Order: sequence, then structure tokens, then C-alpha cells
Amino acid sequence: METIIQASYFIVAVIFIVGLKQMSSPVTARRGILWAGTAMVIATLVTFLDPQIIDSDQAATNVGLIILAIAIGGGYAWWSGKRVAMTDMPQMIAMYNGMGGGAAATIAAVEMLKASREAALDPTEATTIADALNPDVAVLAILGAIIGTISFSGSIIAWAKLDGRLNRSKLLPGQHFINAILAIVTVGFAISIYFTGGDLTPIIVFFSLALVLGIFITIPVGGADMPVIISLFNALTGLAVGFEGYVLGNAAMIIAGIVVGSAGSLLTHLMAVAMNRSVANVFFAGVGTDSGATGEGTQGEMKEIQAQDAGILMAFANQVVIIPGYGMAVAQAQHKIWELTQLLNDKGVSVKFAIHPVAGRMPGHMNVLLAEAGVPYDMIYDMEDINANFKTTTVALVIGANDVVNPSAKTDTNSPLYGMPILDAIDSDNVIVIKRGRGAGFSGVENPLFFADNTKMLFGDGQKAANELIQAVKELG
Amino acid sequence: MIEGLAALYIFMLAGFTGYEIISRVPVILHTPLMSGSNFVHGIVLVGAMIALGIAETSIEQFIGFIAVLLGAGNAVGGYVVTERMLEMFKSSDKGSEG
Repeated sequence: METIIQASYFIVAVIFIVGLKQMSSPVTARRGILWAGTAMVIATLVTFLDPQIIDSDQAATNVGLIILAIAIGGGYAWWSGKRVAMTDMPQMIAMYNGMGGGAAATIAAVEMLKASREAALDPTEATTIADALNPDVAVLAILGAIIGTISFSGSIIAWAKLDGRLNRSKLLPGQHFINAILAIVTVGFAISIYFTGGDLTPIIVFFSLALVLGIFITIPVGGADMPVIISLFNALTGLAVGFEGYVLGNAAMIIAGIVVGSAGSLLTHLMAVAMNRSVANVFFAGVGTDSGATGEGTQGEMKEIQAQDAGILMAFANQVVIIPGYGMAVAQAQHKIWELTQLLNDKGVSVKFAIHPVAGRMPGHMNVLLAEAGVPYDMIYDMEDINANFKTTTVALVIGANDVVNPSAKTDTNSPLYGMPILDAIDSDNVIVIKRGRGAGFSGVENPLFFADNTKMLFGDGQKAANELIQAVKELG
Repeated sequence: MIEGLAALYIFMLAGFTGYEIISRVPVILHTPLMSGSNFVHGIVLVGAMIALGIAETSIEQFIGFIAVLLGAGNAVGGYVVTERMLEMFKSSDKGSEG
């Protein structure tokens, strides 16, 4: 039986790796998640046969509890995952990730409690948790517990912030100092657990401190940096799962956990680079501390255009590049934009979508939103692939995007955006910007593109404006 | 059981594997892939099941129950949202298997 179980875990680990590999290409991605899902089901079913569980004194009760917990936890996740809107995807990922971190931490808690009880029962066998578990196991159990707990409470805060339940980032005076002290005290209690025997107090204090630490780390992080934090917590949960896998002697957990830990770390780094931030910056700077200057003032006036004229301009263009931002998704305009795209295609206009790496709430989020509207992924171009094309573009249509097309990121060394790679919409013959009002973008920085000679502003709600454009193009017959 | 040095090798190799998988990923897939890797560490459910399965006192059972609850949420939720996102990735060629 043991062999069958271990062999199954081995196969599961292989399928996970192959599945993740497949998920890294758009052609095979769907298959990848289906495979990984199947592997997860196999792993879960096989675990019910584990002799440790079957031979336990309370086997009947425990198996019943396991089934009940899976039904409740899985049922809730299924229900919430099916109904969440695509725009809210990032916070749901944060939530599910937090649950994983919490699970890793609670596994560690159970192991600690068992070890502590052993130490209390029979001091001749073992006097401390480290003795009862073996030193290496104890160290990884405690490490996994810290990481998992921080990931749990931090992810919940990230979810609450992105979901609009917890507003604005608050930075207490001396926040970083407090965090540092808190981290040191937490580590102190972690070490004390290693040396305690039957006393439960340090374990309880330790978990409470780690919970608070996770909250304090996440509270000051600004909305724009949230994806980086979520990705980091994702990597941390992976690491915690890997460590607890070692504690339980479970190869599938070790491999899956560590693969995610390293893949997640790299992904976090890639995201931070795409946003022109360093991971350390995200963590320690908090929001807005580097945006004292808002860049030099802009000259000139915004020129308005009516949907009618904008539609004609686009219908007779050679090439139109659409630059969508999160604002488009908020206005739920992506379906209308796709309809407009098809109309233009019928008129022989070549239409491309240009996606900045940080469009949407996290890298790749905008692609998901466009895919939801039915835009095929081969019409969607990354920044590096499209930027050279703007010079031959008749109309660049900017909808709901702002900072990612702000030319001051290239020209104005005083701008907080300076150095961030942007989409060179300004190079095209005409720029049409669909925008609700005249305000500045998410970063609060003025955008000189809006005042440029070749830019025309189409003021109004994204969906309404897109509708008007569709009408205008249709009327041309 | 996996012990000592053997575990260290597994940690090392798994670390490189994860790095390799991600290093050639187009930006278009960053969010789904983060979601997918989030699902993969849902394997923590297996560990949670063992933790609850070997629990002996009621406090251990209670904490183990929470572990399985959270682990199942991670695995199922991660799967559902990833699958929903990837389902939408279609090429403009008709009839692609996706």
C-alpha cells in the first residue's frame, strides 16, 4: 500500500511540473490546468489510503472530519471561484493563496502540538519539541509556520484592500521600525519553541505575532504594488508547503511547493521589473514616499473630438492600435471595443491591441479581460513587439489607460514615472484618448500626451464612447 | 521517508525546475500562471489531510480541521479560477483545440 501511495505521489509531482510547463504557453495552457487538476484529485484520493490515517486511534472520526472539511472548504471555494468577475480575479487569487499559507501554518501547529504533548508525556524520551520531531524537522516546521502564517494574514489584507474593504494604505510613524522589532520578537519566540517542552504558551504567542507581522507588512503597501505582494505571498506559500512537506515526509508536497516557491519568486521579480520597482522598494518604501515631485507642468490645451469624427478617422485608417487600461475594464467596455474591432476589420483596417506589462491590476490581467470579451490572443501585442509599429499607425486609441502612455516617463527626469517603459502611442499620426474627465492618472502625474498636437480627447464613459464609435463607423455603411 | 541530504537534492532540483518553467513565459500568461502555481501549492491539502488524520486530541482535530478546510479552499479555488481564465484563451483560427 505504501508503495502505491508513494508511486502515486511521484506521478502527481511529475504531472504538476508538466502541467505548469504547459501553462506557460497559450496553446497548451488549458490542457495544463486540466492535467494538474486530475493530479490533485489523484493525490487527494490516494491520501485516504495512507496507513498513518487508517491506523490512527480515531480513524473513523478523523476521516469523517476530513471529508466534512473538504466539502465545506472546497464547496465554498468552488462557489466563490465560479461567480467572481474577471476584474476581481487578483484578489481572489490572493484569498485562495492565503488559505494555502494558512493550511501550511496549521499543519505545523498540529505537528508542534503533538511534539509538545510527547515531550510532556514522557520526558525520558524527549524533553523538547526539537527532540520529539528531530532537529531538522523541527526547524523546517517552525520556518514553514512563520512563512505560512505571514502569507495567510498578509494575503487576507491584500484581498481586503483590492476588494475595496480596506481603504488606502496607512503608514504609521516608524512603521518599518515597528515591523523590524516585531519580526525580531517573532523569530525569538520561534527559537524558544524549538527548546520548549510541554508548554503551549510560546506556540500561541508565536502564531499571534506572525499573524500581526503579516498584517503590518501588507498594510502600508499601495494599490499599484499589490500584484507584486500577492505574487510574493504566492511564492512564500509554496515555500511553506515545501517545508511542511519535509516535516510530513511527503515528496509531492516538497516538489510542488518548492517549484512554486522558486517560480513564484522569479515571477515576482519579473512583475516588479515590469512596474519599474524593486521588490525591496515595494516592501520598505510604502506608497507615495517617492512621489514628492509630480513632474513639471504641462503646456497647451486638450483638444476635444466628437465620436462621429473619431469614428471616421478610424474607419479610413490603415492601422489602428488600441491601448486598453484598467479603466476600460471598470467601464465594462471590452465587449464593445471588440465589436468595434470587428467592424473596422470588415472595412479592411488592421487592428492591433497593445498591452503594457502592468495594464490591469497585474501583468497579464488585461489579456485575460480581453480574452473574456473574445479577442483572440494573436491580435494582442506586448510592449516590445508593438512599440516600433506606432510610427506607421494612423490612429492609436487609448481607452482607460494613462500612466502607461505618459511620455514624461522618458523625457522628464523629475517625474515619478521616469524610467518606466511606456507604450509610444505619441509616435502615431493621431492619438484618440477616451477618458472620463480631465484628471490625472493613478499615480497623480499629469500626462503631456493629452496635450500633444496629434492628440484628441473623447470625453465620456468608456462603454458609452465605444458605443458611439460603433455607431459612427456603422453609419459609414 | 525523505531525509537529510536526499531532501536537500530534491529542494535544489525543484528550485531550478520552477525557475526554468517561468523564465520563458510571455507576459500574457503571467496572471493565469500565478493562478496556476497558486493551484499547484494547493497540494498542501494532502498534508492537511494527514495532519488531521493523525490528530489524537480534540484541539489537534480542531486545528487539523481548519488545515483541511483552508487547503481544500486553496486547491479547489485555485483550480476554478485558473480554469476559467485559461478557458478564454482562444486563437483567431477557428476550431483550435485551445
